Amino acid sequence: MRRTWQDVEVSAVRPETARARTVRLRFPDVVTGVPGQHVDLRLTAEDGYQAVRSYSVAAWVPPRELELTVEELDDGEVSPFLVGVLSVGDRLEVRGPVGGWFTWTPDLAGPLQLIAGGSGVVPLMAMLRSHAEARAIAPARLLYSVRSPDHVFYRGELAVLGQEDPQVTIDIAYSREAPDGRAAGRLTHEAVTASCFPPDEAPAVYICGSTGFVEAVAAWLVEDGHDAGRIRTERYGG
Amino acid sequence: MAIPTSGFTGRRQNRDANLPPGQYLTDGFPVLSAGPTPHVVLADWTLQIAEGPRTMHQWTWEQLQALPQEDITTDIHCVTRWSKLGTSWRGVSLDTLFEDVESEAEYAMVHSYGGYTTNLPLDDLLDGKAWIVHEFDGEPLPPAHGGPARLLVPHLYFWKSAKWVSGIRLMDQDLPGFWESNGYNMYGDPWREERYW
Repeated sequence: MRRTWQDVEVSAVRPETARARTVRLRFPDVVTGVPGQHVDLRLTAEDGYQAVRSYSVAAWVPPRELELTVEELDDGEVSPFLVGVLSVGDRLEVRGPVGGWFTWTPDLAGPLQLIAGGSGVVPLMAMLRSHAEARAIAPARLLYSVRSPDHVFYRGELAVLGQEDPQVTIDIAYSREAPDGRAAGRLTHEAVTASCFPPDEAPAVYICGSTGFVEAVAAWLVEDGHDAGRIRTERYGG
Repeated sequence: MAIPTSGFTGRRQNRDANLPPGQYLTDGFPVLSAGPTPHVVLADWTLQIAEGPRTMHQWTWEQLQALPQEDITTDIHCVTRWSKLGTSWRGVSLDTLFEDVESEAEYAMVHSYGGYTTNLPLDDLLDGKAWIVHEFDGEPLPPAHGGPARLLVPHLYFWKSAKWVSGIRLMDQDLPGFWESNGYNMYGDPWREERYW
């Protein structure tokens, strides 16, 4: 990992939803890391004032780029700037990638179970992309809980992955508003159980979302008989 | 100095002299943990101080409650960059728990229900710097925040304040705990920004 701050350039931006976008950063040298890690971003104002935030890596684009997906927070200091103002060619500083626990690599044996609440899908998407690129033998499932169809990140790519990769199953659960023919409602224990590999298949489980989401889902999986030692969690906003 | 990021102005009104570098203030109380929240039954709860394989002291929940209790108001700083000022806790000072402990050890590994560990120099646990707390804001500590009881070492990043604490094992050398084995600093002073390796 790089401990020092590196100057990077914004090489592309693209919208994911009305309030979220993906930012691609180009590093001066080769950048390597593993799915699930995050980077620290440092922004500097004209007068020298600085703000630092951590964002999960959504995609690795070898050799010199990576992508972050940022959702705008109502009272945010940094995220509204990243989503609404930052442009291609702008420069900022990055430290990392960082993190050695909430990570997955394709050489790990056993099924991969991903469970995302809202923008918690970002680090899990890095794992899913890595799974697809490596043509991993282990099957993978993503359960993605979102408010409405308009809130889905990576919509087209997830549809393609779910259709074309026989090893990948994607379930999207809608909490407030569902597309035609689907019911909306709070995620239930039964729905989580139905969308997960059973405990006897010993999946590696990664859960990322708000604290309430992560607490509830992790407790249900432990209740279902999943080994707590194989459940890894990450919460945003904290 | 770093090159300015075009168009970024930031928001400065929240800057507080009590805020370590790179931190921002939050009014909420975010949660950081690595896995599912363990639920510990009070009847089965114990806290141990051990050295090597030897348990030196052990307290049940009732015994902990019978010890002198202190109210603590302090600032807390999480490595994920939020800080919360003036938080209030209630619990037992580690000075009380270590009163009868005789040891030459200089380091401690704190253990939790659920398997979490974190390492600290023993000096950082003594002299009014650390507590075992079981109340937050006048209420029993909720499981998501480390209840029934957690360590509180507010002068270090908050991952050192182990949730669901079950014991403290004394060590001759400084060995890494859970986050310390996963990329975080062995000591974790927020004023020196000791976040990572």
